[in-house]
Amino acid sequence: MIEVKEISKHYGKKIVLDGVDLQFPRGKITSLIGSNGAGKSTLLSIVSRLLAQDGGVVMVDGKNVTDYKNKVLAQRLSILKQSNHVRLKLTVRELVSFGRFPYSQDKLTDEDKEKVDRAIRFLDMKDIEDAYIDELSGGQKQRAYMAMVVAQDTEYVLLDEPLNNLDMKHSVQTMKTLRRLADEWEKTIIIVLHDINFASHYSDYIVALKDGKVKYCDTTDNIINEKVLEDVFDIAITVSEFNQKKVCNYFV
Amino acid sequence: MKTLVLTFILLVCSVLSLFVGVADISIADIFHWNAEKLALISISRIPRTAALILAGVGMSVSGVIMQQMTQNKFVSPTTAGTLEAAKMGLLIFLIFIPTAGSAIKMMLAFLFTFVASLIFLAIVRKIRYRNMVFVPLVGLMFGGIIGSISTFFAVRLNIVQDTNAWMMGDFSGILQGRYEMIYLSLPAIIITYLYANKFTVVGMGEDFSRNLGLNYAAIMNIGLFCVSLTVSAVVITAGAIPFLGLIVPNVVSLLFGDNLKKTLPLVALSGAIFLLLCDIAGRVVIYPYEVPIGVTVSIIGAVIFLILIIRKR
Repeated sequence: MIEVKEISKHYGKKIVLDGVDLQFPRGKITSLIGSNGAGKSTLLSIVSRLLAQDGGVVMVDGKNVTDYKNKVLAQRLSILKQSNHVRLKLTVRELVSFGRFPYSQDKLTDEDKEKVDRAIRFLDMKDIEDAYIDELSGGQKQRAYMAMVVAQDTEYVLLDEPLNNLDMKHSVQTMKTLRRLADEWEKTIIIVLHDINFASHYSDYIVALKDGKVKYCDTTDNIINEKVLEDVFDIAITVSEFNQKKVCNYFV
Repeated sequence: MKTLVLTFILLVCSVLSLFVGVADISIADIFHWNAEKLALISISRIPRTAALILAGVGMSVSGVIMQQMTQNKFVSPTTAGTLEAAKMGLLIFLIFIPTAGSAIKMMLAFLFTFVASLIFLAIVRKIRYRNMVFVPLVGLMFGGIIGSISTFFAVRLNIVQDTNAWMMGDFSGILQGRYEMIYLSLPAIIITYLYANKFTVVGMGEDFSRNLGLNYAAIMNIGLFCVSLTVSAVVITAGAIPFLGLIVPNVVSLLFGDNLKKTLPLVALSGAIFLLLCDIAGRVVIYPYEVPIGVTVSIIGAVIFLILIIRKR
């Protein structure tokens, strides 16, 4: 389990995170929502040790992240940031194979190759596995990066705004893939989302951040509530039910 | 397969390089054990060919590593001030301790290239606007500053002629007993090869590297060390060879991608072949005189570089 205790972070005088306490349940999708600058991405970066916090600790399976060896942590926790897109000319298969880097740095074992194959099939990229990623469309690229994370086969998967720059079809595809990762592969997924409808449809829990603090942290059903959402986003949002799923309308 | 073909071409070029020159040596001389000509081969031709191969491999491999470390295709020893820094090290040597041995000379050149590379990397990190062309431009300016400081002191001390001699890479002066420093680049090249996969990961960026559990800072330092060692060893022996570290990696990347594990041998072999060919051309064009290799490499290199830039648009 990932536990976040009293995390704080400031850039100069600006406080970005202020005493954040959280626990992320296993095998579930937890969405982080909130307005721009609420601290969602910063929190994700700190949990994945890409960014150092100013106070507090992040515990992964009862051990402080900073106490982990790089390699060992990379076998437990992976992060896909929207900004870490690669300029290198690699084929899809080569990129996905680098997901096995934490396990066998240089020479892929048969087990590694099998996991790479499985990841490529899981994201349905078998037919374009030899294509160079710089020649792919935005949606295919995103799938290639996800395949890499799948090949990394970590218990915890963190994604920072994975739906950015994706059209509706690919956004839905991405979220369905994550759902399958959680349901079938029992991965614990933490994801930063902007569109609350995606959060409402696909996540089990939602954490709402506001001004660097955890405003709400509850099951999706309890968060997707007009009062709560208005409090988080400062705009009027109507929630209606459609096919047993809640849909938010904020175009009022 | 590609590696085999390139290895074969490299062998052919090396043999050519052994037998092209002012003194006429043929394969028959070797079979007839012509002592005088054999001596010529071992004193001049073999060192020259060996130096060319090592310099070709070293400069192009350094280029790839610098491109990975800065995540920029246009960064190379030529466009990051690395060559100028090595020259400055040599100048300091000439001014203060001209009688000290070549080991000291090597150390000074290494020290200067290492520090200059550190500064360049720090500058690149500070640049918010990480445009493909902007970074190498900054590198060129950085090199210009180092170069002008060197020139200032060279002019003051009346050794411009000596310093200019290194400006242009030249292999004609390479003789047995005077070129062995270049073998220092060999360990650096081997380390680079062993770390090929890690350098590919570094090329994906810091966050990516961390996600994959790579010790980013350590690999960056190893990269810096290898590049500085190689570049200073080459500059000390043969002088500055421009563009090589830029063109060879880019052409290979264009054709075969960026997975270093796969492409690093191709880069190394192509670099050696390219340099050998340039050198042979330089020896033949105005026979029996020689065009310094810096000139041939610059001309051919600049043309290929322009084509690359235009095609990238």
